[in-house]
Amino acid sequence: MSQQLKIVIDGKEISAGPGQTIMEAADAAGIYIPRLCFHEGLPPGGHCRLCTVKVNGRPVSACTFPVAEGQVIENASEEMTALRRKIVEMLFCEGNHYCPSCEASGNCELQAMAYRLGLLNPQLPYLRKPRELDASHKDIYVDRNRCILCGRCVRASKLLDGKTVFGFEGRGINKRVAVDAERSLNETPFSVTDQAAKICPTGCLTLKRKGWAIPVGQRAFDKGPIGADIERK
Amino acid sequence: MADNGKRKIVINPVTRIEGHGKVTIHMDAANNVEQARFHIIEFRGFERFIQGRFYWEAPVAVQRLCGICPVSHHLCGAKATDVIVGVDKLPPTAEKMRRLMHYGQTYQSHAMHFYHLASPDLLFGFDAPVAKRNVIGVIQEFPEAATKAVLMRRFGQEIIKATAGKKVHGTGAIPGGINKNLSVEERDSLKKDADKMLEWAVEALELAKKVTKAGGQSLLEFGSFPSNHLSIVRPDGCMDLYDGVLRAKTSDGKIILDQVKPADYLDYIREEVRPWSYMKFPFITSIGQENGWYRVGPLSRINCCDFIDTPVAEKERQEFMALGGGKPINSTMAYHWARMIELVHSAEKIVELLDDPDLQGTNLVAVGKKRPRGVAWIEAPRGTLFHHYEINPETDQIRVANLIVSTTNNNEAMNRCVQVVANQHLKGKAEITEGLLNHIEVGIRAYDPCLSCATHALGRMRLQVQLVGPDGSIIEEKLRG
Repeated sequence: MSQQLKIVIDGKEISAGPGQTIMEAADAAGIYIPRLCFHEGLPPGGHCRLCTVKVNGRPVSACTFPVAEGQVIENASEEMTALRRKIVEMLFCEGNHYCPSCEASGNCELQAMAYRLGLLNPQLPYLRKPRELDASHKDIYVDRNRCILCGRCVRASKLLDGKTVFGFEGRGINKRVAVDAERSLNETPFSVTDQAAKICPTGCLTLKRKGWAIPVGQRAFDKGPIGADIERK
Repeated sequence: MADNGKRKIVINPVTRIEGHGKVTIHMDAANNVEQARFHIIEFRGFERFIQGRFYWEAPVAVQRLCGICPVSHHLCGAKATDVIVGVDKLPPTAEKMRRLMHYGQTYQSHAMHFYHLASPDLLFGFDAPVAKRNVIGVIQEFPEAATKAVLMRRFGQEIIKATAGKKVHGTGAIPGGINKNLSVEERDSLKKDADKMLEWAVEALELAKKVTKAGGQSLLEFGSFPSNHLSIVRPDGCMDLYDGVLRAKTSDGKIILDQVKPADYLDYIREEVRPWSYMKFPFITSIGQENGWYRVGPLSRINCCDFIDTPVAEKERQEFMALGGGKPINSTMAYHWARMIELVHSAEKIVELLDDPDLQGTNLVAVGKKRPRGVAWIEAPRGTLFHHYEINPETDQIRVANLIVSTTNNNEAMNRCVQVVANQHLKGKAEITEGLLNHIEVGIRAYDPCLSCATHALGRMRLQVQLVGPDGSIIEEKLRG
């Protein structure tokens, strides 16, 4: 049995295993570190930076940074929460997220994260940049207005489905999720049964004809905030 | 006043209605009314920005054009998408849940309109001091009625929450059905108050009758004019607020059209655009633009139906129709009385539905074969509402959307009403007081217009009255609110 390490998160000492990331160790101890691009079953992407914690005073992404003996980690402090709130705010202002008419509302991790972090009214200007809606596939659509570039679909399609349907294209403000086709999703081997079809944290990659089938009160985040499942452990 | 003695009076915005509109009245040197118009000065444009979105988004997205009766748009959108998913008959649980939602919404909307928006005029007088003629005045002088008004609206909203998931902008109705049934706990909680709500609805009706009768012939003639009337009715002629066939009658009761089905509406109804208003002017095609305009809403529904299938409302309908000897009632102020009959009808339907075990059923959604076009209508609190969508069946995206909203159907009628009231009360008056201007607003309020719905804007509610000369110069200006 490998030797357990001791780390301290927000003043609480927990045990961690060698090779674990900080996020894995925190999850096992029932401490929630906010995240959007991370998904269990996929290797971490380190894209969204929402899981940024301070280790011995230095900011790192908890989903990729390994534990080490004696780390003192700052997670739920006012400073880190404010940082994360600003990241989420930027995501909202960069994309075109209209929660009132979005079928992902109540099940959306971005929306749930905004509620958890207390983001009620963005202060930054909305970019309102036109983005494409790809409705070509018979069972699933890609609404890039709602994309936060988490890359979950890119990783899932490649690593879980073995298809590489999705990939990133462009840089900076012009970066987008592209499909491996001349024009649109219907030209790819993408299937509704693919793991990538079920992994989007927002309403970007969405199954068709299923909207609002789950009533208010029974949606993923109606009964508790995002992260409550980890905190209940 | 301009050099030639002509005056233009502007009421902008009109108050105690939903949304933003203004009235302009042109008067000549002898103080005769030359022209009176009700302008809708806000623009929404939902028909355009729903294009390219998916058909199942329509019931949730389009209802966002209003916060007062979004349920009407939610349900009408859902009904149109029922057609698109090939469902002509919903499972009983779905149909009854939707009906309960609709009666809850009609109940809260009618109660709110009567007590919060209309009653200050009816209880205090059209030209009572403005400081008193408002909902706060009602609360101070009639605290018991005001409390009931708040609780009646709450009851309707609780029904909406139980059926749609939320009190405002719910998500219950989905293409082909509903996403939840009514739990026994929800049913019992609503049943606890249902009989009392029916009793209070009857009290509101009695109050509406009392003030109408006390006003006598002069009240019945206030802002009144003959018109065609249009509504949906059940195929057997019964009042039905949720579904049915289209019927229109002339001002003296002759049938213009009947048994019209939603898919055929474009053969019977056309819309005219006029440059001075964002709201279109619908008319019955067979009669033409000039005389084909019509009224909708509570008065027209009572005029068009043959009977009501709930006992108290039917008895009251008969008493109401006796006013016109069985022929349609064309009085503007009779809208309030008619609206309260529907309030009672809605309460009776709610009581009836809450005892129906189908509401606890589990078969919630029907499926069918996809179609490219879906048209549906519903009787919203303010009148007949049409939703029409056409989709690209390959991608499921909406290509075309056409909404004919309740208030739009009453556009010409409200303009006529303004003209009539101006002639009845402003003609010959050298000085136009605030109380006289309120007469114009009283006429408009009877139609319970919802202007935000009707034009598919946001803004601050205030009243600006200007006297403007023909050259556009402002001669006198008063601000309120």
